[in-house]
Amino acid sequence: MQSNAALEYDYSVAKLFTYTTILFGFLGMLIGTLIAAQLAFPELNYLLGEYGTFSRLRPLHTNIVIYGFTLSGVWATFYYSGQRVLKVSMAESKFIMAVGKIHFWLYFVAALAAVVSLLLGFTQSKEYAQMEWPFDIVVVLIWVLWGIAMFGLIGIRREKALYISMWYYIACFLGIAMLYLFNNMSVPTYFVSGNVGNILHSVSMYSGTNDALVQWWFGHNAVAFGFTVPIVAMIYYFLPKESGQAVYSYKLSLLSFWGLMFVYLWAGSHHLLWSTVPDWMQTMGSVFSVVLILPSWGSAINMLLTMKGEWNQLTENPLIKFMVLASTFYMLSTLEGPIQAIKSVNAIAHFTDWIPGHVHDGVLGWVVFMIMAALFHMAPRMFKREIYSKKLMEAQFWLQTTAVVLYFTSMWIAGITQGMMWRAVDEYGNLMYSFIDTVTVLHPYYAIRALAGVLYLTGFLMFAYNMFKTMTSSRELSEEPQFRSPMA
Amino acid sequence: MGIRELQGYASFFMTIFLVVMLYGYIVYLYRSEKKGKKDYEKLGKIALDDELDSTPINTSDPLPTDNKEQNK
Ligand code: HEM
Repeated sequence: MQSNAALEYDYSVAKLFTYTTILFGFLGMLIGTLIAAQLAFPELNYLLGEYGTFSRLRPLHTNIVIYGFTLSGVWATFYYSGQRVLKVSMAESKFIMAVGKIHFWLYFVAALAAVVSLLLGFTQSKEYAQMEWPFDIVVVLIWVLWGIAMFGLIGIRREKALYISMWYYIACFLGIAMLYLFNNMSVPTYFVSGNVGNILHSVSMYSGTNDALVQWWFGHNAVAFGFTVPIVAMIYYFLPKESGQAVYSYKLSLLSFWGLMFVYLWAGSHHLLWSTVPDWMQTMGSVFSVVLILPSWGSAINMLLTMKGEWNQLTENPLIKFMVLASTFYMLSTLEGPIQAIKSVNAIAHFTDWIPGHVHDGVLGWVVFMIMAALFHMAPRMFKREIYSKKLMEAQFWLQTTAVVLYFTSMWIAGITQGMMWRAVDEYGNLMYSFIDTVTVLHPYYAIRALAGVLYLTGFLMFAYNMFKTMTSSRELSEEPQFRSPMA
Repeated sequence: MGIRELQGYASFFMTIFLVVMLYGYIVYLYRSEKKGKKDYEKLGKIALDDELDSTPINTSDPLPTDNKEQNK
């Protein structure tokens, strides 16, 4: 490492991941919109033979948005902001640069292959862990490469103090590594069932209740370390940087961090309330879920307070709007989740549409908004051009906000209606409704959700177009903007 | 005492231990700043002043500079 006056941050890897964020975002949300429409209009299941059915497409949707879109976004922002808060350029180490590039290409090829394999129906049948064992091995490799790049950069850093965002990226790295390994312990059926099994198809090493417990310890913490921790990492860097305001309280960010690490891991059993899991464990899941409000709101309020005295920026800068809305939706979903984890509420909510409703106010309002805002902020710095259109961004903001609201309100109504109808009994104790009665009642809400999908997807296309124009034909910038991103 | 019971006690006492540690940390953070020994808020500047050639803060335990106004 040597200082060099002409040295600059190197965004080549961040750019590559930016492209895949947009690509997989579009693909994942297109499929999301299609499956939402299928739930409202079942004929749409028969467009593409076996490849177009809801059951085939749903895991494709979840895997593409999680491992395609969100992870790409996490890495794009990491390779961008990691260098900056560590004050070291990727260009300073040929080794780290090479690792970053291999990280990207291995990831990209594996992600495409995984999409194909899921479309063909290869699956381990564990939610969010559907990919078969050969993919798991590649995933581990990809993860290790990220680790080498990250700790490599940390190793040669100029800024010895690690900014809070880095803590969160490191937590994402360690958390997912642990969860993924343990949940994906599996044996090919070939080895356990004589000659009838298949070498490529595997089953979990755990069974029954234990399997369920490990699965939801993983599933819930995948939300924690995939949808929360790295997104918090982003907002702690991008909101202060875009607004020019240092984070309101750095100490609050530290203690929210440790609070989150401490509490999150114990909350997973709230996915298994009223099941065969030991009672004390269910209660623990409920209690920790409620406590989880504190560290979550700690970060979110810290972000809102960062804007103290600068609220005019909310009206002037659409990027701030995206980020403030994101942290507001983060607060909404981290309040909603604990409510759903209360045992009596869960008795109504479980298995109903309220759950996907909750998932999507989190992901659409928080995860996607934050990732898009981060990429918008990065674009003028990476491509040295101003953002193509502020108007388009404003329109996109309102369109997508409407879509999120339509999505979760329709699912709240649908879910609670469903939960109440399933348990309604007449004076003799007979169930009052059959399943199809609920389907008929819910039809309009499913149609609203499908519409929400179309609106949100349209908004995402506007984002993609705005980014594309920014990269290719927007006005060139002579120097890097310090805080507020320039836009036409 | 069976393994289950042991696990139960272990998890209970670990929770208590971690809670104490977390609260201890919080108290430590705020107290050392109040006494004027540390200034953690300086670290927030890392995100704003992030040019390759800008001066690093270089310690995660920064000492306060003269102006105390900034502490929150
Ligand atoms: C246009 C946007 C989107 C639409 C229309 C959409 C639609 C859907 C639908 C219809 C389902 C299945 C619900 C069910 O089985 O009843 C689903 C599940 C899911 N989606 Fe999306 N989605 C969208 C975007 C996203 C994004 C961006 C993410 C994450 C970043 C995401 C994460 C998930 C997850 C985790 C599930 C599984 C939920 C569960 O198991 O309860 N979705 N989505």
